[in-house]
Amino acid sequence: MRSIASVVNRKSSPSFLKILRSRRYAAYWMVLPLFILIVGLVVYPFCYSLYLSMLNKSETKWVGLKNFGRLLGYGTFWLVVGNSFRFTLIAVFFKATLGLALALILNNLPLAGQRLWRGVSMIPWVMPLALSSLGWWWVFEPTHSAINWVLVQLGGTPKPWLSDPFWARVSTIVTNIWFGTPFFMIMYLAGLKSIPESLYEAAQIDGAGAVQRFRYVTLPMLSRLIAITVMFSTIVTFANFDIVRILTRGGPRYTTHLFGTYAFNIGIEAGHLPRGAAVALFMFPVLGLAAFFILRNIARGEE
Amino acid sequence: MGKVTRREFVKGMVAGGAAVAGTLAAPGVLRKAYAQKPKLSVGLWNHWVPGATDVHKAIIEEWAKKNKVEVSIDLIGPQCRDILTIISAEARAGTGHDITAICTFDATAHKEKLEPLNDVADYIQKKYGKFDDISTYLSYQDGVWITVPAPTGSHSYPLVSRIDLFLQHVGINLRELFPTDFTKRDKSKVDAWNYDAFLDACKKLHKAGYPFGAAISETSDANDWLCPVFLAFGSYPVDEEGNITIESDATLQALEFLKELTQYMPKEIYGWDDASNNRWIISGKGGCISNPPSAWAVAKRTRPDIAAQLWHHDMPKGPKGRYRGALYFNFGVWKWSKEKKAAKELLMYLLESAQQWRILEAAQGYDMPQLKPLHAHPVWEEVGPPKGTQYNYIPRGDEKLIVGGYPAKPEYAVQIYSKYIIPVMTAKATTGEMSPKEAMKWCAKELEMVIG
Repeated sequence: MRSIASVVNRKSSPSFLKILRSRRYAAYWMVLPLFILIVGLVVYPFCYSLYLSMLNKSETKWVGLKNFGRLLGYGTFWLVVGNSFRFTLIAVFFKATLGLALALILNNLPLAGQRLWRGVSMIPWVMPLALSSLGWWWVFEPTHSAINWVLVQLGGTPKPWLSDPFWARVSTIVTNIWFGTPFFMIMYLAGLKSIPESLYEAAQIDGAGAVQRFRYVTLPMLSRLIAITVMFSTIVTFANFDIVRILTRGGPRYTTHLFGTYAFNIGIEAGHLPRGAAVALFMFPVLGLAAFFILRNIARGEE
Repeated sequence: MGKVTRREFVKGMVAGGAAVAGTLAAPGVLRKAYAQKPKLSVGLWNHWVPGATDVHKAIIEEWAKKNKVEVSIDLIGPQCRDILTIISAEARAGTGHDITAICTFDATAHKEKLEPLNDVADYIQKKYGKFDDISTYLSYQDGVWITVPAPTGSHSYPLVSRIDLFLQHVGINLRELFPTDFTKRDKSKVDAWNYDAFLDACKKLHKAGYPFGAAISETSDANDWLCPVFLAFGSYPVDEEGNITIESDATLQALEFLKELTQYMPKEIYGWDDASNNRWIISGKGGCISNPPSAWAVAKRTRPDIAAQLWHHDMPKGPKGRYRGALYFNFGVWKWSKEKKAAKELLMYLLESAQQWRILEAAQGYDMPQLKPLHAHPVWEEVGPPKGTQYNYIPRGDEKLIVGGYPAKPEYAVQIYSKYIIPVMTAKATTGEMSPKEAMKWCAKELEMVIG
């Protein structure tokens, strides 16, 4: 048996300390905590869910790709696919457009008032999403909707916000836009602040109007930022859970289910965890491809 | 069975309870059995009725003190989905509470990880007779009691109707039809309370401006009133052997009936959640809902004028019988528990009538006991106003309690229930998105995914 002294000596041996102190290895030590986090919280859960998705319902038998195959031939799954794409594309488009408009307006406000409005417009994004979704649920509540009350007072007709597929989709998308627009706004605002004033002055000297300055100076200078922001937002929006879970629970008639809520319904609520994992994993290639194409465009822009 | 007065009931319970208390608290019985002071952790359902949880906790703590067991209690819920996520995590991690509250079907997915509780169930059944059919259906799987019915949380879904509106607009005296003494029921009148009579009542309530309201959406309440309707017509999604049976004339009949009924219901029902029907009746807009006494209890606090007009009573009878939805709560003990013996003894103690009596009273009758002798508890005829509103919350006549997805095996029924297949089929047929036949075929396709 080794003595304690030998263990201590071995642990603090000169070569080990040398490695610790070496500049050559310093970078590796510094990224090690992040590496452990990524392996523990991303790589391991991903591999485990991949393994899980290839088991039968009771998780006792290997079934290969059967769960994926069953889903591909299942009408409701394709409804969920359509819901997820529709939700993501419409919400991200409006968030990007409104975020840019808000950023341009804020950027042109006098500096004194800008800080206040910047703070105010960040409130939806700073609030926990579950909490703001509950607030929106109160606005859209099927029988006692606050927005319907306002509509009726104004002489309009109430809308079936959460009980009709079209309006339920509108409700979930509006809530997502409300929550996500400030993120775009703050990113664009940061981008706008970094565009050198001299570029605008030069364009103005060349006779460019406001629209031309926006098109030939602002947009090109923001293009990479827009791409990155859209990429992040696409990934987060596609994987949304809270809004649908709180507002509609996937209804009416499954028309607002997204991958996240549907995977939870199948995997946790209905107790078929392997199939739920398979639903969730269908998000991976879609998001991977989105990230690949957007990053490739950024790289091309850099060239 | 005749009526039992509070005094008689207490007398009986004290006699029965004394024997158990004697066993459990007899000097040295448990104390000798445990070499060290056992540490027991309990995941207890957090009762939504104020004060009920305190009584439940006090009972557990009294037992722990008598038997020198160290008990820690975590309150979980009251939503079943909170309990579901906790037990899913505990089952996967292989650690957590020794005893845990488990909602309706949720033990099925983890039955291999749950300690068989046959000894607890046998002990209780020997003393009080068999647990009711739904308890057995949910807890007794493949010859093993994977859970035992819990004394709190179980509830059913009778109709909750406005006495005044039924009298004025429908011409039915609910207190006379469903009195607070089941021996005084007029059988011919109760038999005539069928789905035709119900539809007629709904038409009249709608005309008067107080429609019947019930969810047809992706929410638990939708299963709890719709599945009994389908069963009353003789339609069920999957049979005991796992055959898909939804494609039938009975299903079409039920869908046609619901298609007509929904014309006299509010259009918002397709987006309702579990609380919507409560709000519907409490607001004074509705004349009838299907719900446990929670709507009445909230109305008692916020709209006593409405609460005083609410009467809980039987569901209508269909061509194949009278069914009512129920959701039962259970207790399970994980296999990895180091204190299985103490856990089982605590469960036996909690299921004794004397303890259930105290809890039933504290919960003002919300909890539905699964042992027939406890139906004699006087709480349901005492609470009010109106006095006796909950008497028929306990099925007193020919109603059969079922849980959505019944009679399919629990592993299939849980999917039928949780994916809201029956409410979605109904919504498709009654909104005109599909014809009843198309909706039925859609449902059969969904069920293929459940079975396969």
